[in-house]
Amino acid sequence: MTVPSSRSRPHSHPPHSPKIDFGRAFLTVRLLSDRLSWRLDGRALILMLVLLGLTAALAGLSLLSGKYPIALDQVLWALAGKGEDMVRMIVVEWRLPRVALAILLGAALGTSGAIFQSLTRNPLGSPDIIGFSAGSYTGALMVILIFSGGYYETALGALAGGIITATAVYLLAWRQGVEGFRLIVVGIGVAAMLSAFNAWMIREADLAVAMAAAIWGAGSLNGLGTEQLLPVALMLCVLLPLTLFLSRPMRQLELGEDAALASGVDAGRTRLLLMVLGVALTALVTASAGPISFIALCAPQIARRMTRSAGVALLPSALTGGLMLLAADWAAQHALGVQLPVGVMTVSIGGVYFLWLLIREGRK
Amino acid sequence: MMALSVDAGDRAAAVKRVQTRSLAMAVFGLVLLVVLSLSSLVLGARPVAVSTVVDALFAYDGNLVDHIVVMDYRLPRTLLSLLCGAAFGVSGALIQAATRNPLADPGILGVNAGAAFFVTLAVGLFGVQSIDAYLWFALLGAVLVTLAVYGLGMAGGTMAGRGGATPVRLVLAGVALSAVLGGIGSSITLLNPQAFDAMRQWSIGSVAGRNMAVVIAIGPLIGIGLVIALLSARSLNAVALGEDLARALGASLVRTRILTLLAVTLLAGAGTAACGPIGFIGLMVPHAVRWFTGPDQRLILPMTMIYAPVLLLIADIAGRLVLYPGELEAGIVTAFLGAPVLIALSRRRQAGGL
Repeated sequence: MTVPSSRSRPHSHPPHSPKIDFGRAFLTVRLLSDRLSWRLDGRALILMLVLLGLTAALAGLSLLSGKYPIALDQVLWALAGKGEDMVRMIVVEWRLPRVALAILLGAALGTSGAIFQSLTRNPLGSPDIIGFSAGSYTGALMVILIFSGGYYETALGALAGGIITATAVYLLAWRQGVEGFRLIVVGIGVAAMLSAFNAWMIREADLAVAMAAAIWGAGSLNGLGTEQLLPVALMLCVLLPLTLFLSRPMRQLELGEDAALASGVDAGRTRLLLMVLGVALTALVTASAGPISFIALCAPQIARRMTRSAGVALLPSALTGGLMLLAADWAAQHALGVQLPVGVMTVSIGGVYFLWLLIREGRK
Repeated sequence: MMALSVDAGDRAAAVKRVQTRSLAMAVFGLVLLVVLSLSSLVLGARPVAVSTVVDALFAYDGNLVDHIVVMDYRLPRTLLSLLCGAAFGVSGALIQAATRNPLADPGILGVNAGAAFFVTLAVGLFGVQSIDAYLWFALLGAVLVTLAVYGLGMAGGTMAGRGGATPVRLVLAGVALSAVLGGIGSSITLLNPQAFDAMRQWSIGSVAGRNMAVVIAIGPLIGIGLVIALLSARSLNAVALGEDLARALGASLVRTRILTLLAVTLLAGAGTAACGPIGFIGLMVPHAVRWFTGPDQRLILPMTMIYAPVLLLIADIAGRLVLYPGELEAGIVTAFLGAPVLIALSRRRQAGGL
């Protein structure tokens, strides 16, 4: 996830370079004779380890619980490829893919939220501002209500709707370059039209069909498995490293267009690339599980408050997102006795935790 | 590009130009309002002659169907368009100015979520099924939830905040609480078809089908809200310069914030309770107006008060004509009329940020 430690060497200060006091602990990692280097914040590093630990624990709990409760030792045997066939099938083929999907999709949402909040320099920034969510819902609604399509048709419709909308917003905001504020306003306009159209379609449709469409619209992991896990994992293997490579120019861009240009960052190209990556990450989630809301908005802000960093950070946001979706999916399946779409839970759990953070912050 | 140094003469001329243009726009807008209000009384599935409308208003005869149509159906929805249009628009302008966030809409303080949640509860748990009863649930929800958002946003801190953290925290608290209520609300509607059916109708937002009692109930609330809004315009100009400069200029940040938030709650709460969430007006009209008047709130707020009802009236009238003799709700039409205008305006060269 971070850096192969075998190839890193401790940062030694040449006698002439003064040691800078950043006011907090840092770990510097240099690779390939200084061509790649990271400076890792001590607090963020510890937080990420804690998040990983919590995610692992919760993943374990998710593997244990369900209609057929399975003991911990049996789960471990099953994961090692041993034990009863029945138990192995439940753990490895049914529960594990869903757990992995929850973590991966949550991480994708957290990352894409961090990208958009950094780009807009606005804590309300999310992929929604470029109209993606409203557009994908329009696409999915048309497929469900007009063509009564199944899982794959709906995913395709959502993808098409979202990508067409995002492209349209970008082009409409284009005028010798895309300026942040204009992009936001155009996004608001287009999203408002599509949301109105969506509300009208839901209202006109047959009640039962409309409710099925609304369940897709809430975002759900019900019925997902190995079939979806492989493409999602492959896509993330490409998208996440690409995003991390852009994390430095992204920081520069937060200082404003001029400051970024002055420090040698191609602002226009970086912004476009980041936006494409952010949309691709959201698209991946929307296509596989529907538009799970709120994690993209909330995870970067939660991570920022826990690391006490100045801006939103990519990796902590990704890990927070993964943990949030995993927790929400566990609660959606087991907490209330009825199976609810996970999107309903993400807003409740994420929102309550976020409120608690805000209150604690206010006490300081 | 703006020249950095402008001499005083040019500056005075520029201010004069903006003022003249704003005055012309205000007069044009008021004329438009009168014409639109009259059209709203005349047009619909059963067109009524202008002379009959005048008769109905001044010499009402309860035996004539046309008079009943005008007084019981068209007049309430016209007045609601005027009142709620102004309420949505001004609350949007206020919340954008107070939080200095162009993405803020009146719903951001939890007004819409609170209203929707209480209506969901009313339908889902108590089986309430009339728009008149929704009004009180929605109003109660809007006020309670907004109060909760203030409480959470301020928890432990003071209204003055430290380093300007308060408006951001308030917005985030609003978003978070809205999300929680939205989540609980949708788990109720997704398990209860009757509630789902009622909410898919309510959440679109419309001025049709409300009677005069609704107008009378929300009229005073919106009136008070508008007066407070106009009175705080000057201090909001100071707030726009940032917390420190505003303090240095002698503006009372705490008082401005309390008054603004009170006005937003009254306006958005009453508007949403009466018509359902027609949030786009509050987002769009202040942005559009700002590009003509410049950043002076003393111009933005009155202009929004004129042009927001213009948008809602046009939307309501157009909604009666597009599916003639059926109707399309104002909540849908508003977005389709307003959004293209907003996009076109944002593409003009002069358009700038807050």
